[in-house]
Amino acid sequence: MAPPSPSHVAPLLKDELDIVIPTIRNLDFLEMWRPFLQPYHLIIVQDGDPSKTIRVPEGFDYELYNRNDINKILGPKASCISFKDSACRCFGFLVSKKKYIFTIDDDCFVAKDPSGEEINALAQHIKNLLTPSTPHFFNTLYDPYREGADFVRGYPFSLREGVPTAISHGLWLNIPDYDAPTQLVKPLERNSRYVDAVMTIPKGTLFPMCGMNLAFDRELIGPALYFGLMGDGQPIGRYDDMWAGWCAKVIADHLGLGVKTGLPYIWHSKASNPFVNLKKEYKGIYWQEEIIPFFQSAALPKESKTVQQCYRDLSLLVKEKLGPIDPYFQKLSDEMVTWIEAWEELNPAAK
Amino acid sequence: MSVVNNIEDGEIDIVIGALHSDLRPFMSAWKSIFSRYHLIIVKDPDLKDDLQIPEGLSFKIDIYTKSHIDKVVGSSTSIAFSGYSCKYFGFLVSRKKYIVSIDDDCVPVKDADSFLIDPVAQHLRNLATPATPFFFNTLYDPYRNGADFVRGYPFSLRSGITCALSCGLWLNLADLDAPTQALKPEKRNSRYVDAVMTVPARVMMPISGINIAFNRELVGPALCPALRLTGEGKVRWETMEDIWSGMCVKVVCDHLGLGVKSGLPYVWRNDRGDAIESLKKEWEGVKLMEEVVPWFQSMVLSRTATKAEDCVAEMAKRVKEQLGGSDPGFGRAAEAMMDWVELWKKVGSGPSPV
Repeated sequence: MAPPSPSHVAPLLKDELDIVIPTIRNLDFLEMWRPFLQPYHLIIVQDGDPSKTIRVPEGFDYELYNRNDINKILGPKASCISFKDSACRCFGFLVSKKKYIFTIDDDCFVAKDPSGEEINALAQHIKNLLTPSTPHFFNTLYDPYREGADFVRGYPFSLREGVPTAISHGLWLNIPDYDAPTQLVKPLERNSRYVDAVMTIPKGTLFPMCGMNLAFDRELIGPALYFGLMGDGQPIGRYDDMWAGWCAKVIADHLGLGVKTGLPYIWHSKASNPFVNLKKEYKGIYWQEEIIPFFQSAALPKESKTVQQCYRDLSLLVKEKLGPIDPYFQKLSDEMVTWIEAWEELNPAAK
Repeated sequence: MSVVNNIEDGEIDIVIGALHSDLRPFMSAWKSIFSRYHLIIVKDPDLKDDLQIPEGLSFKIDIYTKSHIDKVVGSSTSIAFSGYSCKYFGFLVSRKKYIVSIDDDCVPVKDADSFLIDPVAQHLRNLATPATPFFFNTLYDPYRNGADFVRGYPFSLRSGITCALSCGLWLNLADLDAPTQALKPEKRNSRYVDAVMTVPARVMMPISGINIAFNRELVGPALCPALRLTGEGKVRWETMEDIWSGMCVKVVCDHLGLGVKSGLPYVWRNDRGDAIESLKKEWEGVKLMEEVVPWFQSMVLSRTATKAEDCVAEMAKRVKEQLGGSDPGFGRAAEAMMDWVELWKKVGSGPSPV
């Protein structure tokens, strides 16, 4: 019997995955993504002026939240959601009822692989999430579950089952995700290297998680993906995804979950203004020198077996160890707790 | 004499372990890449036939055979330099700063325009640029052209540390174990992953001896011919010597603050052997690996071990005390490691012993 033609094959996880998009401008970029994303439900988080109307392209099934909605739904807990920063996207994670989330920025377009074919980024993320990770031992041929790859000689058999994958971190062609100082020094550098690999980030190793092209298992790690306090009224910006990534990795390592990075690529079209970025990142650049050792040595209690509990533990550690650096961290620590409370309120089954 | 990546040609030895007597196809394939370097060819002492090398080669080769090994090493050592372990003799007697070693069943990869890709140059690039094991860079090696550290990478970690080991990969016949290859006998690696990356600190990995390069001055003694399977054979499916040696090197590098990179360069590995046949022998190696991984992962060396040979000596002691009881192979490995350290002290430096 001939295999079903592509149009008869239902998009994978169609009813189990939400796509969360923060936007302050418009959603024109969705037109290009239509063939890959239209079957899925969108959660649009509208940042900035709530009186502005954001037009969603015809044919997409979506729910949209502006700041008024966020304030109404969360009440006083809305303080944990950033304003005038893409960090607000995590509100979408909070209200989603699905098992998986794919989040993408509104300046990210469909990229092409070296053969010229358009990349279905979501399909690759799904493959990454539905196959195990291997954080306990590095495989030199990268993700062994990919077609065409495998575990190499010397890889212990007892570790070949892997662990569940909680996060799939994708990359970007064209405008690379550089910090402001690097952007200033290399304004013309473009990432044109297509690295055909997915790999697990080993246990105990931290990484800079970019929120532009990210997917995760909300049931496994959702509560850890709080994007912090950034933007309006905050002393720092462009560290939202970094913060979420460090917290999530520490917790994933503690709970025996995996984080993958590599494919898929998207095409990042917009280079933000490096001078504006520098102002936002400035404090983060030297604060991170203390933040990184903090996360590298963060030890969570053995008894903490849920993400929420781990996150609460982390918030206490943040208050204790990072609080002395700046009052911002004390506020952040409080809002981390607010976030978990909001999560438990909106997701009662998850308690 | 030319300089690439601040490394002069004269600082490099290419060490080849000859497990086949007819090296003519191998040497022809590598001629254009190897000709600027000094070559050390070590003949497997078990090989009966004479080595055949193409005539009229313009480069400098030193060939070492069983008689050289016997002379230098003597007979009272527990180290067996046969099979793939013969190349360690080359590592021992080399007096160069960098070594590149490639198995004799590999040839250069051809790119889309049929030009040969030079793995030696890539290995040297890997060794000449810093490694970044303390924080993962999502754009892989930040020192490559067209790449850099990404947003969120701490600035204090951007100068990196010295890279001591460069682990390359293989197209066509990948370095899979016998059970895996036997299950999928047609499986070949056709994916060229255009990346080099630092393997993070304290992360263990299987280091294959098929295509590696290292800084001999910094980690030479740490690559040790220690673990021999009882049924060790002449195909990679029937050995674990490099996997064991690689675990030692990674522990040593992590301890000494040196980096290990993995990824490019690729070599093309020719089809050879029968995985199903090798399965019978490899099971022993697979079983041993299961025991040693957790042990290596938890290894913390003492602060007083500040050089590679001290690290190996300390590890050898621990292998004997902690693993020796569970399998005689470990006891023998410990002896070999101790002998190796002594050998290295005696003839690893100073005037060449051959």
